[in-house]
Amino acid sequence: MTLLAEKSPAAEPAPPRRAPARRRLVPYWLLLPGILWLLVFFALPLVYQASTSVQTGSLEQGFRVTWHFATYWDAFTEYWPQFVRSLLYAGTATLLCLLLGYPLAYLIAFRAGRWRNLILVLVIAPFFTSFLIRTLAWKTILADDSAVVAALDALKVLDVTNWLGLTEGDRVLATPLAVVCGLTYNFLPFMILPLYTSLERIDGRLHEAARDLYASPATTFRKVTFPLSLPGVVSGTLLTFIPASGDYVNAELLGSTDTKMIGNVIQSQFLRVLDYPTAAALSFILMAIVLAMVTVYIRRAGTEDLV
Amino acid sequence: MNPRNATGPKDPNDPKDPKSPGKPAGLLGAAVRRLRRDLVVLAGLLTLAYLILPNVVVMVFSFNKPNGRFNYSWQRFSTDAWQDPCGVADLCGSLGLSLQIAAWATVGATVLGTMIAFALVRYRFRARGAINSLIFLPMAMPEVVMAASLLTLFLNMGARLGFWTVLIAHIMFCLSFVVTAVKARVMSMDPRLEEAARDLYAGPVQTFLRVTLPIAAPGIAAGALLAFALSFDDFIITNFNAGSTVTFPMFVWGSAQRGTPVQINVIGTAMFVLAVLVVVAGQLVAARRKRTAATR
Repeated sequence: MTLLAEKSPAAEPAPPRRAPARRRLVPYWLLLPGILWLLVFFALPLVYQASTSVQTGSLEQGFRVTWHFATYWDAFTEYWPQFVRSLLYAGTATLLCLLLGYPLAYLIAFRAGRWRNLILVLVIAPFFTSFLIRTLAWKTILADDSAVVAALDALKVLDVTNWLGLTEGDRVLATPLAVVCGLTYNFLPFMILPLYTSLERIDGRLHEAARDLYASPATTFRKVTFPLSLPGVVSGTLLTFIPASGDYVNAELLGSTDTKMIGNVIQSQFLRVLDYPTAAALSFILMAIVLAMVTVYIRRAGTEDLV
Repeated sequence: MNPRNATGPKDPNDPKDPKSPGKPAGLLGAAVRRLRRDLVVLAGLLTLAYLILPNVVVMVFSFNKPNGRFNYSWQRFSTDAWQDPCGVADLCGSLGLSLQIAAWATVGATVLGTMIAFALVRYRFRARGAINSLIFLPMAMPEVVMAASLLTLFLNMGARLGFWTVLIAHIMFCLSFVVTAVKARVMSMDPRLEEAARDLYAGPVQTFLRVTLPIAAPGIAAGALLAFALSFDDFIITNFNAGSTVTFPMFVWGSAQRGTPVQINVIGTAMFVLAVLVVVAGQLVAARRKRTAATR
């Protein structure tokens, strides 16, 4: 990537003399407005938030920086169940997205034939209906007297999820299962599209070679197809896990008070309780956890699995 | 979406292949083989059904006539909502506002993002690593963190929350996606095309307008489309920074508490159908253009 980027200036015809200063400034002028925008409205807010998180005071008397780091500890000890729940729900949803999305991406890449474009359109088109409307539709689908819940009950699936603690009795709405189901649904296209892109790039001759060497279909998949699709798996899981971990829409619309995620807490602390220091501290803890997990994950995937 | 190989490559893991090692024989064996071969198709289609089901529900319930304030259970067929899509207070106003914000956010993010992408691919400069991280980080952060920190900034500056704060926020988070889309396209451009233009005495401006920009256009268009979709459907960042301004997603969110009018489903369905039609029309035009190009 950088290799190509470094090379292209050299591809320009060698200037007779040293490029004039005006020309050497071109990249900086190109970068200036966008980077300034990101510095002021992305980086600077993080600084403000860091400062808010160590302030004390009240809404009436105003907040002042007192380096009160105890806020972090208090926030974490009070809300650690929501943190754990968020990571658990987001992790489960990511895994489900991978399990559900892989066959569909595979189908589009290798088995769809002339239906390929139609299926791709069907994967992307739901985006154009606001995701909130579609999430509300799950309220209908998972309603207590709905066909889906009756079918799950008849197939004894609910017994299994009851045992796992995902549901309670014969209800699905307002349980962890509903929230995970909503999260999985909402972020599934973000898993399918990168998977499809990396599957589609695979050179068909590699598969032929595997077959010629008497690899069974399962072995071909395990040794050729899956390893080559790993870049898609990595970016798909990131694109699913990161937004899912901070989401509060699914927990609010499909869950109950027992399924609140950390996003719900940050939202209500910020917009309803107006306890800015706690909200800022929680949001920083979430950022730190997600960035740490992403860094470790990318490094592992990058050095061991992606070779 | 690649019409070039619309038929797609052959399934590499197809157990029907004669070279596959030993299989149980007989009728049962044939059935098992067939099932194994089509298992992935079956699983994929089930996932597709899972993806489409809510849209079907939204569509069906746009013809519902609910008893109470909430449109969650089927009562009886009616086309009332379709005949009066703006019949709910503030609904169409919020839709217009969302379209307006999305349009401006698209323009802003596309211009700024394209400039950054060109600088990153075409020039050497200091602090490239830092700039790359600054562009990557907004995509690697839960939305709620960006939303909360931006609100902190606005509160500290005493800014009035509303149209402008939402627009600023949307340009900020769409920017990185535009940069990524345009960068991919510019990087795959053949630099010899621009050399050729220069050899033919095209000036820098002419080269850029007549050669570089048309080649980069699909990447820019993809980035702009993505920015529009992201901005139009954004809820979390808007929820934090909109104050009392109501965009369409904010309206839907509020209606989940107050009562969901059927008109929401009408608008959702109309957007879905419109999007599918636009994509299908685009495919047809592309196919025809390819055919005429081939016969020429």
